[in-house]
Amino acid sequence: MKIYVPRDAAARALGSDAVAEALATEIRERDIDATVVRNGSRGMIWLEPLVEIEEDGRRLAYGPVTAEEVPALLDGTLETLGSVEEIPFFARQNRLTFARVGLIDPLDLDDYEAHGGLAGLHRALGMTAEAIVDEVKSSGLRGRGGAGFPTGIKWDTVRLAQADRKYIVCNADEGDSGTFADRMIMEGDPFTLIEGMIVAGLATGATKGYVYLRSEYPDAIDVMSQAVRIARDAGVLGASVLGSGHAFDMEIRVGAGAYVCGEETSLLNSLEGKRGVVRAKPPLPALDGFLGKPTVVNNVISLATVPVIFEKGAQHYADFGLGRSRGTIPVQIAGNVKHGGLFETAFGMSLGDLVEGIGGGTATDRPVKAVQVGGPLGAYFPPSKFGTPFGYEEFDGEGGLIGHAGVVVFDDTADMLGMARFAMEFCAIESCGKCTPCRIGAVRGVETIDRIGRGDTDAIPLLTDLCETMKDGSLCALGGFTPYPVMSALTHFPDDFATAKEAAE
Amino acid sequence: MAGATETRVDEISAGLADLEGPLLPILHAVQEEFGHIPQEALPRIARRLNVSKAEVHGVVSFYHDFRTVPSGRHVVKICRAEACKSMGAEALVAAAEERLGIGTHETTRDDAVTLEPVYCLGLCACAPAAMVDGKVIGRLDARKLDAILDEMLA
Repeated sequence: MKIYVPRDAAARALGSDAVAEALATEIRERDIDATVVRNGSRGMIWLEPLVEIEEDGRRLAYGPVTAEEVPALLDGTLETLGSVEEIPFFARQNRLTFARVGLIDPLDLDDYEAHGGLAGLHRALGMTAEAIVDEVKSSGLRGRGGAGFPTGIKWDTVRLAQADRKYIVCNADEGDSGTFADRMIMEGDPFTLIEGMIVAGLATGATKGYVYLRSEYPDAIDVMSQAVRIARDAGVLGASVLGSGHAFDMEIRVGAGAYVCGEETSLLNSLEGKRGVVRAKPPLPALDGFLGKPTVVNNVISLATVPVIFEKGAQHYADFGLGRSRGTIPVQIAGNVKHGGLFETAFGMSLGDLVEGIGGGTATDRPVKAVQVGGPLGAYFPPSKFGTPFGYEEFDGEGGLIGHAGVVVFDDTADMLGMARFAMEFCAIESCGKCTPCRIGAVRGVETIDRIGRGDTDAIPLLTDLCETMKDGSLCALGGFTPYPVMSALTHFPDDFATAKEAAE
Repeated sequence: MAGATETRVDEISAGLADLEGPLLPILHAVQEEFGHIPQEALPRIARRLNVSKAEVHGVVSFYHDFRTVPSGRHVVKICRAEACKSMGAEALVAAAEERLGIGTHETTRDDAVTLEPVYCLGLCACAPAAMVDGKVIGRLDARKLDAILDEMLA
C-alpha cells in the first residue's frame, strides 16, 4: 500500500506534516506494509491535507484529513472522495504543465520518467538548436510570468547572439499575491523545470542555468535544491547531459524579499549581487543579460511547460487555447473563495465561470464584489465584466491583464478605496527607487487617495493624472502597472470613493 | 586584529567568493550564522569581493530580508497582501500588534517576539497566511493567533 500525503507548503500550512507523522506511528504500531510518499498538491487547496491511498491498482482520495482521523483512515471507515480524477474541479481541467504534480513522488527521477518525464529532452537532443526554437515558436507558448512575450522569439534572439557564455535564468520570484503556480510546480514536479531549462540551454547554446527563487518559499528551495543534486548525480545535469556531449548545469539562488526582483532586469542585478534596481531597456537581457552575456529570462511555468511541448509535440499544445493565447494556463483561484486552488485549463474560459462555476463563489457566502486578476499590479474586475474570456488580448481589451494568472476574490465587505490605497502603498514599499514616477508617485498616490477618503473629491482628477504619469513614465511594470488596480477600483467602484464625502456633509 | 566574528565572516566569504554573483549568497550565509548582518562584517566582505563597503551596505539595506540588528527569539510574519486581506488579515495584524504592544517591524521589549509583515507566502488559497519561526500556517484566525502568541509569551 502506498499512502500519499502532500509536502506542498499549502498542505503543510493546513497540517499535512501532523497527518504524515500520525500515519508513520500507526503504520509502525499496526505493522502494516505501507509506504508514505510526500507528493505535491493536486491543487484542490480546500481539500488539503488531501491524502490518497493506492492499493490493488486503485488510488482513492480523502480530505481534508486531520491527524486525529488517521486511525479511521487506516480502518477504512473514513469516507472517500473517490479518485482525484473524478472530482469535478479536477475533471474539468486540461493538465499539461501540471500533469505530474501531486501524482508522483517529486524527488523520484524514475517515477518522473515513468510518467513521461525526460521524453521531451530525449527528443530535443536529437534536434538542431534552430529546430528546437522553431518547435517552441509553433507551440505558441508565451511568457507565463505575465508579459506574454513569445518564448520562441526570445530564445531565438539568444541563440543568434554571439558570445563566449550564455545563460538561462529562471524567474522564480513569484511575488504576486494570489499566485502559487510556480511554488506548486517546484515543490511537486521539480524535474520538469530542470528539463525545461536544459532544453532552453540546448536551443540557445547556454551551458549554465540559475533559478532565482524567492526566500518566502523555503519548501520550494529545499525541493529544488535536492532535485538539482539528484539530476546531477544521474547525469541529467553536468558536463554531458544524458551522455549527449552537451553540457548544462544549474544552481538555485535565493532572493532576499524584494518584490521588484520579479522584474527581469532587477532580478539580473540581484543575481549579480547588486541592489535589485531596474535596468533601462534596451539593451535587452537576451543580448546583454547576466554579467553582460546573452541571457534567457523565463518564468517557471514557461520553462516547465517546455517538456510537455516536446513530449507531445508543438501542435498538440497549440491545439488548446483561444486566439493568440495558445495552450493552457494554470489559473490560481484564491482569496475569499470557496474552492480555491490551481486550475489548469485551456485559455478561453470566462472569468465568471472560473470564480462562480469552478471556485464556487465566496468562502464567506456573501456576494462577490470584485476580483483582482494578475497580482497587485492587475485590475479589479466587477461582476459585470465576468464574461471576459481568459486570454492575454481579451483581458487587455477590458483594461486589465492576466499577469501570472492569479485570481483573488473579494466579497461585498471589501473597501475598494482601501485596496486602491494599498496598491500605491505597496508600490512605495517595493519601489527600487530608480525612476521618479514610481519612487515619488507612489507616495503622492497614497496621500492623494487619503485626501479622497477624507471627502476631497477635487483630488480625484489629480489621482487620475498621477496614474497617467506613472503609467507612461515608469521604467518597469511596478510603477507602470500600479495604476491598473487604482484606476479600476476608482472606475468600477465609484461609490467607495464617494462615501466619505457624503458622510462629511 | 580580527575578532571571532570577522574570522568567521572571512571563512564564509572565502567559501562562496568563487560563485558568479557571490554577494547575496554570502549575506544569506552570514545572516544564517549570526541571526543578522553584523556591522563589522561589511568591510570584511567588501575586501574579499574587492568592492567598497558602501556597496555592500547598499545591498544589505536594499533587501527586506537582511537585518542589521538581531530579531526577537520568535518571528511572526503575517501576510498583508491582497488575497490575505480579502480574508481578514488586517484585523489579525491589528490584534497581534495590540496583544504584543508593538507595531510591525518591531520587537517586544523582552526580545520574545518580532512582528513583521510579509507580502505573499504563496498560500493564497488558504488565506490568511502566516509564517511563524519558519513554519507556514494557513487559515489563520484569532483563536490560532492567540494560541501562538500565548506560547511565545509564556
